[in-house]
Amino acid sequence: MKKTWVFVPFILFIGLMVFLGRGLFLDPQHLPSTRIGKALPSFSLPVLTNENRVFTPDMMKGNIGLLTIWASWCHACEEEQAFLMQLHAQGIPLFAINYKDKPSEALQWLKTWGNPYQCIGEDKEGKIAIDLGVYGAPETFLIDDKGLIHFRHVGVLDENVWQRDFVPRIRQLRANG
Amino acid sequence: MRYQFIVAFFLFSLASFVQANDLYPLPSKRQEAQFNHLLKELRCLVCQNQDLADSNASLAADLRLAVYERVTAGESDSEIIQYLSARYGDFILFKPPVKRVTWLLWYGPLLFLLLGFWIFWRTCIKVTKNE
Repeated sequence: MKKTWVFVPFILFIGLMVFLGRGLFLDPQHLPSTRIGKALPSFSLPVLTNENRVFTPDMMKGNIGLLTIWASWCHACEEEQAFLMQLHAQGIPLFAINYKDKPSEALQWLKTWGNPYQCIGEDKEGKIAIDLGVYGAPETFLIDDKGLIHFRHVGVLDENVWQRDFVPRIRQLRANG
Repeated sequence: MRYQFIVAFFLFSLASFVQANDLYPLPSKRQEAQFNHLLKELRCLVCQNQDLADSNASLAADLRLAVYERVTAGESDSEIIQYLSARYGDFILFKPPVKRVTWLLWYGPLLFLLLGFWIFWRTCIKVTKNE
């Protein structure tokens, strides 16, 4: 009986090490989204390519698609653009919110890097971004056919992230719907 | 000389208050205090160790404005905190709320204190028994 008690501090120590050690490898910049499972906030933003029209969440309904938060001042956005063009070629519906940007610079950027989006809304003051819980561009939201948010990725969207986080969820959504 | 220095010091420290008021003018002292207090409680999500009052990140400026608009509209602290944590999660609060997942965080120290007392008490008994 006495001998087993000797090991208790040791076991507690190991437990603490595992707990703290795991903390060392967590990325503090990665924050979970609180918007998962919720509908997109209602918004009505002027369309970047034609300011007489408006972009609303209803335009995304009916299909599983992506909503990207992007800006011409964001360097990481350039990195993911080639991959987004590829997704567009595959027929994935892509939408975007142009985050705190100048329309002229955003349009110039699209000329340089290509435009894979069906519709882009201008969020000049970043108000809709706050409603979405955006804290850094680029961010990509996976939206189902009813307009509910299923996943949020912060940072560059590439093949690895797409295969790991998006493809299984899209497959499941398609199977359920 | 010394008095001049003290007067200058106070004027300088006042200068920062005046600046803050110019940027975010509020009708009452109470709302001003609420605004300043909230900015200290809320974390900037870009520079994560800075509060919203300190941070120069553009997101922090947007969030400051969001808090300002809500304070002006007469919302309470809990309403504003609820608004922000619904969007950014509890991480935006420097002080985590008491809920099931944070029980260990809040009550853990008390638990360890009691555990310490218990061990101390048992060892004392042992020592007295051996005597």
